[in-house]
Amino acid sequence: MKILVPTKRVPDPATNIQVLPDGLGIATENVKWVINPFDEIAIEEALRIKERLGTGEVVLAAVGQKSWQEQLRTGLAMGADRAILVLNEKALDSIAVASLLAKIVADEKPELIIMGKQAIDDDSNQIGQMLAEMLGWPQATFASKVEIKERRCTVVREVDGGLETLAFALPAVITTDLRLNEPRYASLPGIMKARKKELKEVPAESLGVELTPRLKVRALRPPSKRQAGRKVSSVAELVNLLHSEAKLI
Amino acid sequence: MSDVLVFAEHKNGHLPKTTLVALGAGLELAAKQAGKCVVVAAGEGTEELAAHLAGYGVAEVIALEHPALKNYVADAHAQALAALAKELGVQAVLASATAVGKDLMPRLAARLGAPMASEVIAFGEDGTLVRPMYAGNVLATVELSGPLRVITVRATAFEVAARGQSAAPVRKVAAAIDPSALKTELVSFEETKSERPQLSEARIVVSGGRGLKAGENFKTVLEPLADALGAAMGASRAAVDAGFVPNDLQVGQTGKVVAPQLYLAVGISGAIQHLAGMKDSKVIVAVNKDEEAPIFNVADYGLVADLFKAVPEMVEEIKKLKHS
Repeated sequence: MKILVPTKRVPDPATNIQVLPDGLGIATENVKWVINPFDEIAIEEALRIKERLGTGEVVLAAVGQKSWQEQLRTGLAMGADRAILVLNEKALDSIAVASLLAKIVADEKPELIIMGKQAIDDDSNQIGQMLAEMLGWPQATFASKVEIKERRCTVVREVDGGLETLAFALPAVITTDLRLNEPRYASLPGIMKARKKELKEVPAESLGVELTPRLKVRALRPPSKRQAGRKVSSVAELVNLLHSEAKLI
Repeated sequence: MSDVLVFAEHKNGHLPKTTLVALGAGLELAAKQAGKCVVVAAGEGTEELAAHLAGYGVAEVIALEHPALKNYVADAHAQALAALAKELGVQAVLASATAVGKDLMPRLAARLGAPMASEVIAFGEDGTLVRPMYAGNVLATVELSGPLRVITVRATAFEVAARGQSAAPVRKVAAAIDPSALKTELVSFEETKSERPQLSEARIVVSGGRGLKAGENFKTVLEPLADALGAAMGASRAAVDAGFVPNDLQVGQTGKVVAPQLYLAVGISGAIQHLAGMKDSKVIVAVNKDEEAPIFNVADYGLVADLFKAVPEMVEEIKKLKHS
């Protein structure tokens, strides 16, 4: 089975994000760039499915700048077979990225797409669902368990107030939640092998997609800071304050 | 003029608070744009729910009916809502950023070819929208261009709609659905059984982190505190990752965003991604043995203590208070 895993390069989740003084971007010096953590889970799941079936191919995709090669190589070092980088320098909105990915899908014809539920930079949580609609495929977002038997897929989803189970025939789009798996680290032999794996570059303009964003970011600003309150010395004092001062218990 | 269609998520006819927030946000947006706010309840046999929704100050209620809408599934709902949005000619479709809203609205946006903004927390006067990025460390002012916009709103950022005296007209509409395009089967829903209030609706939330050390300590140490306060239980991502509790308890960037009256963070260090999910709570209490823990930077009341001693003591103090 061919599995496509769209990925994004994002600042390491532990980064202390600073807005630039002009409000038009974030400071990128000293930022460590990583594969979006939810996409890492997606790569891991794709690799596990391939390992279980004993056959198949895991193809990574990304829409971004030349520098994103680095994160795709990391994914290849985890065990993915090859990667496609759609080269683009300008800001894109989710619809444009999903449209570009739909073009890659038309070309690659995967039977399954697995990707992170959201990228931890813009936190939009949109592209998997948009891609599913554009392809006319079923979607299972926020997956915590995936089972595939003879081209039929069962997914347990983490929803409000419980777990929901969906079933559908492939092809389909699945987006990952945290508890789906724990991604492996790239091994040294994996890193060596990854250098020789195919990493194809495709210019975004060559795909015939309208790229002008219809979601435009006008300005960024840091949120107002919450003031630290006071330390209390005992449980009795704490409960008393919550009762008499905050009047909450 | 610019009309807004609000998707009223419901569970078997029951309206969660998050839906009333979406209604509140929809009414606010419509008023800002001098348009009207229409609300849609999708399902089978939604007349009663629709009649109830008519009391919230909206211009019209649509009862969107089809057997395929009986339970929520993305493909059927996206089809039906897209057709309705086109028929009504609205300029915005809005829902709450719940698990359903997050699943449905991007699919709907793609079907309508419309741009979308997720988890909006405020509407600007000039048609701009404010939404958090980078786990709430950045607030972005964004603009959606085009004739139709899709929006989800963060449930903690808007007021719930109020029920008034007047009732809007209710119109029953048979949903336009192509059954051959329905490819998803809802197999089951396993509800997390709990006597406690829902995390996203609770007045008080008691959350535990890695400091709890084991899943059973959520039961033996933290639950008595939640019970004494009538609170919902939450957890940090670290506690979820460690397998202590299920993910639906997770508060943070990658989990739920809550803003209760009182948030008690127990054994939670206060990672950026956790703060993103709770820093708008009215009063924050932190109990942690590490006095350098970042959670104390946002806490109104901080107690540096061993939680395994402090929490049972708190339970006793609260019980005393209630009996006095």
